[in-house]
Amino acid sequence: MNEALLRSLTPSVLGILVRRGADFAAAEDAVQDALVEAVRVWPAEPPRDPKGWLVTVAWHRFLDATRADTARRRREDLVDEEPAAGPASAVDDTLQLYFLCAHPSLTPPSAVALTLRAVGGLTTRQIAQAYLVPEATMAQRISRAKRTVSGVRFDQPGDVATVLRVLYLVFNEGYSGDVDLAAEAIRLTRQLAAAIDHPEVAGLLALMLLHHARRAARTAPDGSLVPLAEQDRSRWDTESIAEGVEVLQAALARDRLGEFQAQAAIAALHADALTAEETDWVQIVEWYDELTRLTGSPVVRLNRAVAVGEADGARAGLAALAGLDPSLPRHAAVAAYLHERDGDLAMAAGLYAEAARQAPNLPERDHLMRQAARLNARQSR
Amino acid sequence: MAKYLLLKHYRGAPAAVNDVPMDQWTPEEISAHMQYMHDFAVRLEGTGEFVDGQALAPEGTFVRYDGEGRPPVTDGPFAETKDLIAGWMVIDVDSYERAIELAGELSAAPGAGGKPIHEWLEVRPFLGEPPTITE
Repeated sequence: MNEALLRSLTPSVLGILVRRGADFAAAEDAVQDALVEAVRVWPAEPPRDPKGWLVTVAWHRFLDATRADTARRRREDLVDEEPAAGPASAVDDTLQLYFLCAHPSLTPPSAVALTLRAVGGLTTRQIAQAYLVPEATMAQRISRAKRTVSGVRFDQPGDVATVLRVLYLVFNEGYSGDVDLAAEAIRLTRQLAAAIDHPEVAGLLALMLLHHARRAARTAPDGSLVPLAEQDRSRWDTESIAEGVEVLQAALARDRLGEFQAQAAIAALHADALTAEETDWVQIVEWYDELTRLTGSPVVRLNRAVAVGEADGARAGLAALAGLDPSLPRHAAVAAYLHERDGDLAMAAGLYAEAARQAPNLPERDHLMRQAARLNARQSR
Repeated sequence: MAKYLLLKHYRGAPAAVNDVPMDQWTPEEISAHMQYMHDFAVRLEGTGEFVDGQALAPEGTFVRYDGEGRPPVTDGPFAETKDLIAGWMVIDVDSYERAIELAGELSAAPGAGGKPIHEWLEVRPFLGEPPTITE
């Protein structure tokens, strides 16, 4: 039984039910039931037409669920009048579902949960495990999200940017429990890229592929972080890099630059360097300039300071850092790094310790604490 | 989404506004307090923000390793320990502001005279996992 195939059919099956007149929330429940049924039945009796099978089962589930409902008659009348799947293609349905699940009326966490379930075909339990919350909490989050979008019409075009933000959030969530959220985000972004021709969708897909390629090298066997410069680059996934670069180049050729393409370009330049020393930091700084222009984000300026430090020396990096708000996340870590490169080990050690106290997660905290300890040990010698 | 610990202290937090020890409340006031806590947790489950809630007994024992083949050394409880945790709630919310808002509501749990305790709760962010994209 191919779970990937099953889950890739989820959005188009759901789209067909909604077009037949089922309300989104009930249709989504019915599709989930059909997926569970497929997992049970398909191994022994593989269907000749998997999608047709899912539509039929989901539709019956939907009718069963609404049978007791007073609205049943009205719904069945509706069914009689409704043309079958209609002229709308599965691609359109899939795209509409992405828009609906990332609707601006939803908070980001709700949009993430709804997207993973309705578009991704994951179960509530899987999503709850991935985000380390009780299943009941996640079930409520999803049902509230469904209520929030219940009045949204299915045929209105949405904003690709909101969808991309949701997919970015899924990818960037570091947890890797039973469900690999990074791989799932790539699958969903790939599926989106097939449904809509948009350079930023391609840019995000490239960004994900290029970062995912480094995954095996990012952590040591003991779970500690390995910084980019120290990673064993032979462990990078060259297939994923090649695909990311190809997707990115096609997007850049369209000459409609956006922040995801610019971020992917930076990742591609890192991927291109066989050793850390070969990194083309001058070009990376140029891309950070583009990113700053596109986003105005202070976090981008902070990362740019690191790149400037590599391209033009630690003093230049510290100068680039000077104008930035010290309360920015990871400001102390960047300052520590640049001061160490500048030779001021005492200052750097103090800043690393401060950065460790402010670190937002354990692996980063431990990494920064080790940096502080390393410098303190060197000075006391 | 970020997880926060709302920490309730027996001791160690600044004094509450309505600072009457629970053993001097009426039984009805205690029930009303418990009901409020319960309803709060149920409401957060409904909003998809609840993760966990637990209460702790005040008595604790300090334990430490005492070398190969020896039983651990225990000490305490220490009556004079300055900071004493009473319990916690873990929430998973959209923002720091939302965590503060919820802690404020929890602090309004009724105490003596049925009036809000206005007790000080400590809000502590969880250290999560590192993001995938770092540069």
